[in-house]
Amino acid sequence: MTINQRQDELIVRFSKMESWLEKYKCIIQMGKELPAMDDVYRKDANLIWSCQAMVWVHSEEKNGRLFIMADSDAFITKGLIALVLYVLSGQPITEIAASSLYFIDRINLKEHLTPNKSNGILAMINGIQTLASEGRLIAASCTI
Amino acid sequence: MNPNEIVCNSIYKDLFKIRSAFPVLHQKINGAPLIYLDNAATTQKPLSVINAIDEYYQRYNSNIHRGVHHLSQKATMAYEESRVKIARFINARHAHEIIFNKGTTDGINMVAYCFNKAFLKKGDVVLISAMEHHANIVPWQIFGQENGVELRVVPIDSSGELNMDAFRSMLDEKVKLVSITYVSNTLGTVNPIKEIIKMAHRQQIPVLLDAAQAIAHTAIDVQELDVDFMVFSGHKMYGPTGIGVLYAKETWLEKMPPHQGGGDMIKEVSFERSTYNRLPYKFEAGTPAISSAIGLGAAVDYLEAIGMHEIAAYEHELTDHLMASLREIEELRLIGTAKDHAGAASFVISGHHNSDIGELLNQQGIAVRTGHHCTQPLMKIFNIKGTVRASLALYNTHEEIEDFISGLKNAISILKS
Repeated sequence: MTINQRQDELIVRFSKMESWLEKYKCIIQMGKELPAMDDVYRKDANLIWSCQAMVWVHSEEKNGRLFIMADSDAFITKGLIALVLYVLSGQPITEIAASSLYFIDRINLKEHLTPNKSNGILAMINGIQTLASEGRLIAASCTI
Repeated sequence: MNPNEIVCNSIYKDLFKIRSAFPVLHQKINGAPLIYLDNAATTQKPLSVINAIDEYYQRYNSNIHRGVHHLSQKATMAYEESRVKIARFINARHAHEIIFNKGTTDGINMVAYCFNKAFLKKGDVVLISAMEHHANIVPWQIFGQENGVELRVVPIDSSGELNMDAFRSMLDEKVKLVSITYVSNTLGTVNPIKEIIKMAHRQQIPVLLDAAQAIAHTAIDVQELDVDFMVFSGHKMYGPTGIGVLYAKETWLEKMPPHQGGGDMIKEVSFERSTYNRLPYKFEAGTPAISSAIGLGAAVDYLEAIGMHEIAAYEHELTDHLMASLREIEELRLIGTAKDHAGAASFVISGHHNSDIGELLNQQGIAVRTGHHCTQPLMKIFNIKGTVRASLALYNTHEEIEDFISGLKNAISILKS
């Protein structure tokens, strides 16, 4: 599936949820199910966000595709990471660089992308796209 | 309801009327009524404050102090009337001991700069406490490092109380200023400031008091305290953002040089040298936040109409209720359990991240703050990254506390399932 096909699949899935509670239970569950990153990758060099929640990102390129691992110490952040990884990981690098992640807005989680939101999701998305387009992962600064 | 109506004195009797005056409180988040418990970050504004600012811009907006026309006279009178109101509110001896600025941080930076320049030299010490906000740590580092002034830190105990024995022993001949918070924004600890000021003054050491978290919650009499400097922010006392106050005894203000140069703070200017205006204008360069100062005056009116002793008594009840309810939650550890406690209730939940708790409370319409609350050194002392903090104001209710506790238990349950 392409990036946009995966995004659309998530939009359909989340549109069936009737309440914020159902949505967040799903996100938290996804966060709990996302495998923990190996300690060898959970290191400062991969720490792209260190604020209230911490976010680590590790990636490997294979045959023009970017395979991404990520982790966080907060479950909601980790659940949102799981959604982003579902959409982007394993996709062609050039498509990741050019992608627009509209699904977060469409499933009413846009507030998690504001720059002053301390969960690091915006930093993670920007970091992955910078990595895909420029080949380097840049950590973002906590604004609080 | 007439938005300018002065509320009656009994908070319980008029709680509905009090809450009605705050438009922001009347909204729903995800279908649940907003429960605003982030008052240590900023307080909401009553209609009388909003209307005062609106009226200024609608009817008499003008620059102050310099104009001869009617609008300028009216704006100047309103601005200076606010200064007089604040002087009365904290019982300053003179209105010219009230310096308007941008807020508490601005005030501390100003004292740090001016006091360093006028009085401090290499080897001198400024004494602060371990519970201070970054605004009462970093300025002393910035302005003191240049001339070798040392920052010394009075420790706290595990409940978040200041170690007064350590404070006593640290007050030596090198200490030239004590700069301390009245109420901790993270722990809620109320420091024994009368005793602190007396002890410092016995050794001729002046005291700067950070009253940001105290000014809206307890009556403060600067003459009774005999405090040398005091800072607070308008937005934490139901006034607008962008305005704050430095109170200082005129003897200190006369001796300190200005921190900013420009219009209004001068007497005469030539290219060779300039002389400075009298107090308070010496420390108020440029066009000030006129509307915000007027709004702050309206906030003082609002608080005085209710009465600071009434507010303190009511909030004390609310705080007791909040702390007792939090103590009953098994996984919860309170951070800050001083005997004398006000305002903020900080806690961590075992096994759960603060940001997850905060987000799930947010989804239930409950506004709290999570993180280090600009007290990173304090977090290290407690060996934590941050806390969840609920902080109260005069418009909060016992029912809101019950709903907050239910919401918190719900958040924990969601994370556990």
